[in-house]
Amino acid sequence: MSIILAQVLTIPDFPWAALSPELVLFGVGILALLLDTAGKDRLQVSFLAGGVILAGCGIAFWQNSADTDSQVPLLAGLIALGAVLQFALTGLWKDRPKTLGAILAFAGFAAALGVSIWQWTVYDGQLVSVADPEQAYVGAQSFLGGMVAMDGVALFTRFSVAIAGMISIPVGFAYMEERQIHRGEYYPLLLFAATGMTLLASSNDLIMVFIAVEILSLALYVMSALAKRDLNSQESAIKYFLLGAFSSAILLYGIALVYGITGSTNIPEMGVALASVTAPTGLVIAAMVMMLVGFAFKTGLVPFHFWTPDVYQGAPTPVTGFMAAATKAAAFAAFIRVFVGALAPLQLTWAPVVIGMAVITMLGGAVLAVVQTDVKRILAYSAVAHAGYVAIGLVSINPGGGVGSVDVGREAVGAMLLYLLIYTFMSIGSFGVVSLFERRLKKSLTVDDLRGLGRRYPAPSLAMGLFLVSLAGIPGTAGFTAKFAVFRSAIEAGQYGLVGVAVVSSVIAGFFYLRIIASMFVEVESAESALIADTGRTTTAMVGLGVAAAAVVVLGVLPGTLVGLAQQAGTFAS
Amino acid sequence: MLGDIPLLSLLIGLPAVAAVVLALIDRDDTALLRNVALLGTGVTFLATLVLFADFQTGVAGFQLTESVEWIPEWGITYKLGVDGISLLLVVLTGLIFPLVVLAAWEQRDRAKGFFTALMVLESALIGVFLGLDLILFYVFFEVMLVPMYALIGVWGGDNRRYASIKFFLYTLVGGLLMLLAILYLSVQAGGTFDYDAILALDLSRTEQIWLFWAFFVAFAVKLPLFPLHTWLPDAHTEAPTVGSVVLAAVMLKIGGYGFLRFNLPLFPEAVDLYAGPILAAGVIGVLYGALVAMVQKDLKRLVAYSSVAHLGFIAIGIFALQPIAAGGAVVQMVNHGLTTGTLFLLIGFMYDRTHDREIASYSGLMKATPIFGGLFLMATMSSIALPGLNGFVGEFPILIGTYQTTPWAAIAAAFGVILAALYLLWAYQRMFHGPVGGHAETMTDLNAREIAVVAPLLVLMLVIGLYPKPLYDRVTPSVEQVITQVDADIAAARSAAGDTTASTDSE
Repeated sequence: MSIILAQVLTIPDFPWAALSPELVLFGVGILALLLDTAGKDRLQVSFLAGGVILAGCGIAFWQNSADTDSQVPLLAGLIALGAVLQFALTGLWKDRPKTLGAILAFAGFAAALGVSIWQWTVYDGQLVSVADPEQAYVGAQSFLGGMVAMDGVALFTRFSVAIAGMISIPVGFAYMEERQIHRGEYYPLLLFAATGMTLLASSNDLIMVFIAVEILSLALYVMSALAKRDLNSQESAIKYFLLGAFSSAILLYGIALVYGITGSTNIPEMGVALASVTAPTGLVIAAMVMMLVGFAFKTGLVPFHFWTPDVYQGAPTPVTGFMAAATKAAAFAAFIRVFVGALAPLQLTWAPVVIGMAVITMLGGAVLAVVQTDVKRILAYSAVAHAGYVAIGLVSINPGGGVGSVDVGREAVGAMLLYLLIYTFMSIGSFGVVSLFERRLKKSLTVDDLRGLGRRYPAPSLAMGLFLVSLAGIPGTAGFTAKFAVFRSAIEAGQYGLVGVAVVSSVIAGFFYLRIIASMFVEVESAESALIADTGRTTTAMVGLGVAAAAVVVLGVLPGTLVGLAQQAGTFAS
Repeated sequence: MLGDIPLLSLLIGLPAVAAVVLALIDRDDTALLRNVALLGTGVTFLATLVLFADFQTGVAGFQLTESVEWIPEWGITYKLGVDGISLLLVVLTGLIFPLVVLAAWEQRDRAKGFFTALMVLESALIGVFLGLDLILFYVFFEVMLVPMYALIGVWGGDNRRYASIKFFLYTLVGGLLMLLAILYLSVQAGGTFDYDAILALDLSRTEQIWLFWAFFVAFAVKLPLFPLHTWLPDAHTEAPTVGSVVLAAVMLKIGGYGFLRFNLPLFPEAVDLYAGPILAAGVIGVLYGALVAMVQKDLKRLVAYSSVAHLGFIAIGIFALQPIAAGGAVVQMVNHGLTTGTLFLLIGFMYDRTHDREIASYSGLMKATPIFGGLFLMATMSSIALPGLNGFVGEFPILIGTYQTTPWAAIAAAFGVILAALYLLWAYQRMFHGPVGGHAETMTDLNAREIAVVAPLLVLMLVIGLYPKPLYDRVTPSVEQVITQVDADIAAARSAAGDTTASTDSE
């Protein structure tokens, strides 16, 4: 009978494995949501959910057990293990839903990271392959009718997002508790946002880009507003929502124009068509400008950065850290895919605009940060400046169209991906320390509040110092590795002016990072900073910060392996 | 005997290990902390002595080289080597640090951080002089900013915040410009950062000019050369004694070292073009530093400005492009380290007692504290280049050598020597002679530990002053090689330029 069915319905090959990180994140998100809403019936719900998953795994195992080449039985076994694990965890923490949610979410991110690593290592043309054994780049393929790309950019960004989640959870746990904003929906929302981010990084179709942007944005709007009684948080959410909706609409308009011109929403096809089409130039430019605005908003490039300081300041600090790091990584991945990947032939048109934006972003972010007193706002503007440094890579792809430009492009893409991964550690780390001090202070933290804390709390202060020194790009820390990668590819591409601007910006940025460090270590304690009383419960946060700090040091001293991986990651699916 | 031991890595590693050990010690155990710090720096000093003994005299190139791949993905290697230019500076660094630890023996305020920062600083300083991969050099160059910033910022005087940030940002600007130049050089050299490979590059005149300035700013800030010197008096005045000593004795020398190691050999055509203005800046530095020093009320600030003047001499010696002058400049870097280091140490000992550095607050110290007065007099004499002491054997060759290529610079700089005698002796006269008054009435003389700290430096001043040959034997071949090569490159460039002008004329 199955033979007849197969003849009647040609079942399309549906490579679930290509989407497995998203599926893992989404599945765990649903599960966390279910368990949170289940209340007293938590254990029963967990049992039921586990049973359903186990049944599904059993069927998959039974159907594929004859096929020795298939990896499905192994995967089914792993998922079954996950189902048992969640039941065990629920049994252990059935009375402490927040802890359960945190552990489940952490496990979800860890599993997503594991799956991404598995995707990276699977060669033989199943998912990714070595395109050229000499160069050893990550292979590039697209699946689901060209909707989803499996390539270096997608995979590397998944690493960044998963790591961002894994560090954010322990760092933020106690903060959310003490501010009494630890709501059950936090962890599902975190996972849904991450789903959107990884999906955005792997979207190979503009429709998919738009859907992914909406998934992640909706989750982030709610997360920004989690502090219900805090007016700043409410303001930040509304601002983020209004401006975000506006920018999404512009992006969508751009996509519609692209479809109107080329008849396709597939990113590579669109690129080819736009480059060769005999459409009115004005229309092509309008479409590109609108997409550019959409991406610039999400990545926070000047002049589309206005939301960042307010949103970053108002949102609960752990959310800010996650948002700053992971959203940026995902949005830049899509930015890279559309502009560097597909629209490379048209770069003479868009590159000048991006260069201009990179210049004002680097300078604007740094200069505006100097005049701030709120630590979160300083870090927000520093995030803007760092987006500018990453943007250098966008235009370091082609030295005048000469021979070997592809390699330079790959170098630049790899450098950007590396920067975003490293920025994840620095950003979540620095916002994490802020959240640690902030929950002790119970108000937003100004530079003066930090006075003398280096003496009172040496460990978090030293960690903060390390993150700031790394953000400033001092060698021996990961921040230098990141900057070095981007500067190197830019010099190789002949973008001396941009790197010169980056130097000026780095020096200005060095000033305000030093201001924070000086407050902690140089100044003596003030009345306000003495109010920051130790309230305990810092172990999990310190573990998270410790991991981030260790990563910053290791990636600063011995970055070789990761650099190699990033260099392989500069590939796009066609 | 030591064939298999990577001596240079050991030199960088020993203080770093000491820093790690210090980080693990309980922060209230001051006695253990300072003992470990002394042990770490002491062993490092012994290792630098081994290096001095192992160093083959009369060889110009790099010795004891080590090379390991570090980040092969970017063509970065961990490559170390020592030659006549860097040898003495490494030994000087090794000598200064144990003395500095002894000088800070009574450090109670956050001693753990203090000694850890010192150890990191020593490791980075030695690394700067030994690194032969441009990125490795750059890494050490920037890493040392952090502990020095901490020393000034955390343990400094009242205005420490301003001074520390100014110091950090000045050096950061120069460093980042240099990083750009290094990246450009690497791209030209096909992705390697190896010093020898980059030395072999054939750069056009325009390239040389741009890259020269990028490197020049970094080192001129460090040296510091007029008009980029303004961070130095602030940093010196606010830094704790130890910070001032390390800054003056070792850190400023990175500027001179960088000129000789990078600016001269890599960009000879640009050197030819700009040697004149740079010599002028050096001369201005010498005279301006001396004149400003004369009017200082704060003794530490006076010595800081005297550093500006002395380092102007070193810049002149290097950019005179004459082997004797350049050799003198290298030896003078060591001499300045010994002399100014001693002066800062002595001022620190005085400040510990009275918490006042105003020249006007003291009178008749010679009678009140004869040992202090005597030692201070000897360091002063060395600073004004009295024959028989070390200052003379450095400054004299600089002046003779410079006179051969650019007489005006030598003549103008010679006035600096006279002015130095004037401001130092005048300050000495006001503070040490006359009736006992001011703080001198209550001040106690130096104790045995303090005498032990400065004694080795004073002995070396005399020894070098009387018999400088061992230093020159080691320095001269390497310096001569650099200068000869630069002269040859300049001559080739000039004749090429002459050819083109000649051919265009004939057409």
